[in-house]
Amino acid sequence: MTTETLFSIPASAGQKMVRIEFEGETFQVPEGISVAAALLSNGRGAFRTSIVGGAPRAPYCMMGICFECLVEIDGIPARQGCMTPVRNGMIIRRQPGAPSLKALASGGRNEH
Amino acid sequence: MNTETTDLIVIGSGPAGMAAAAEARALGMSVCVLDEQRVIGGQIYRRIEDTPEALRMILGKDYAAGSALADEFRRSGADYRPGATVWNLSGDGVVDYVADGGSRTISATNVLIATGAMERPFPIPGWTLPGVMGAGAAQIMLKGADARPSGPVVLAGCGPLLYLLAWQYLRAGVQLAGLVDTTPFSAYVAALGKIQGAVRGRKDLIKGLGLVSQVRLARVPVYSGAKSLEILGRDMAEGIRFQHKGKSREIAAGLVLLHQGVVPNTQLSWSLRARHGWDAGQLCWTPVTDEVGRLGQTAVYVAGDSRGIVGAIASGVQGRLAALAMHERSGGKVPPGRRAVLERQLARHVSLRPFLDRLYRPLDEHRIPADDVIVCRCEEVTAGDLRSYVDLGCLGPNQAKSFGRCGMGPCQGRLCGLTVTEVIAAARKAAPEEVGYYRIRPPIKPIHLGSFS
Repeated sequence: MTTETLFSIPASAGQKMVRIEFEGETFQVPEGISVAAALLSNGRGAFRTSIVGGAPRAPYCMMGICFECLVEIDGIPARQGCMTPVRNGMIIRRQPGAPSLKALASGGRNEH
Repeated sequence: MNTETTDLIVIGSGPAGMAAAAEARALGMSVCVLDEQRVIGGQIYRRIEDTPEALRMILGKDYAAGSALADEFRRSGADYRPGATVWNLSGDGVVDYVADGGSRTISATNVLIATGAMERPFPIPGWTLPGVMGAGAAQIMLKGADARPSGPVVLAGCGPLLYLLAWQYLRAGVQLAGLVDTTPFSAYVAALGKIQGAVRGRKDLIKGLGLVSQVRLARVPVYSGAKSLEILGRDMAEGIRFQHKGKSREIAAGLVLLHQGVVPNTQLSWSLRARHGWDAGQLCWTPVTDEVGRLGQTAVYVAGDSRGIVGAIASGVQGRLAALAMHERSGGKVPPGRRAVLERQLARHVSLRPFLDRLYRPLDEHRIPADDVIVCRCEEVTAGDLRSYVDLGCLGPNQAKSFGRCGMGPCQGRLCGLTVTEVIAAARKAAPEEVGYYRIRPPIKPIHLGSFS
């Protein structure tokens, strides 16, 4: 899978940055942007794999409609990356297929 | 437990919601505004209170004009609650929403649905690949995060937003690998039939034409009258293929931005079991309301693009007119002449719409795709699957759920709904009204069970 960066955010003076972790890699990203915008600007194409066919998927609508940007955030699966602002220290993981019901109910880790 | 009450609950803080709230406050009503987003402005004026100056220049005057409305809204004293996801609404004015991880209930004499629009689905081969997004989605990246494409990008489809984004990208110094325009020549001819409205709305029309000619002047390769779009690539988008002037063409690009207009976000009005009609001009469902947007005899009104696509300015005016009607329904007095002024504004700002709807009518083949194209992205149901369900007796979207889980994924049918109606209608040779839509039930958005503990 290519890691080509689809978007980039020009550096601006005085912009406060936060540190997030995605699949073990650390990124500095502007405070206040969404998780989806942060990941799309750091070259990580697929956010999840589809439930039926296991195909790679990434954000399509960026406004809470399509649910293609679902990721696991701080241990909670099926979070909408486009609706969640980045926070310092946030740990994000890809969501492979469907989240387990157990993890959803307990708000705990995705057990895939 | 006592339920919190207010005169008006507005759902959505885009132009319709902000204007309705401000107007209602000016009439002395108490107003609570709920928005799932964390900042005011909706999608059109996203981040309007906090846009860096350089970005504001890129986005242009129509975007910056949202500041005046945002200021009026802030000064109005409406109780604004960001990050509030509405998951249930009843016809008598009770709203349940989740905020800060907990569910709350609030009730009101009036509720205004001002949930705006979403991009029309663009089901073509390969549209589920990473690297394919809506042009509106890319514009949200620009407004919200100042994010621009970093490699080759193609814009494809039709409609004002597509050309606006192309113009904004040029101002931002983004190189476009191509603008693939699916508007056929015949549409220009057909749209001439709606020219009367276009003359009244000529200022907007001239502005729009200006955008297109600037994109052409910037030496962006523009392919007019393109059709049969398909995305290339296996795990990621690698480009786009299309038919242009009888030839098959390909453009390499890691990012393909699709757009063929916007459609009303009707999830909430459907959840009320309100009657909806098929708008044959805009090719979408719209809630059936009275002239001020009220749904039957309920406490619920609809304004702006969620009632039928009218654009930002007209959406605001509709919001204000709804506020006047609510105030009068409770026995309040409206300043003389106010309604007439607003009605004149509304008429002026919707006059260009029939012309635009005809000109940018999306192609049949890009709404009702070939068998192998995925329609329901969540559950990976193809147009061919839907047609096979019809062969087995499936009559509409609701039955398609039981035939193959179509529309039953996390998006709850939001993205595939229109396509499913149209594919089944075409297969059955029936009208969209006859085929119907998904039955939308609360929770309107997936919520964590923990919100109730």
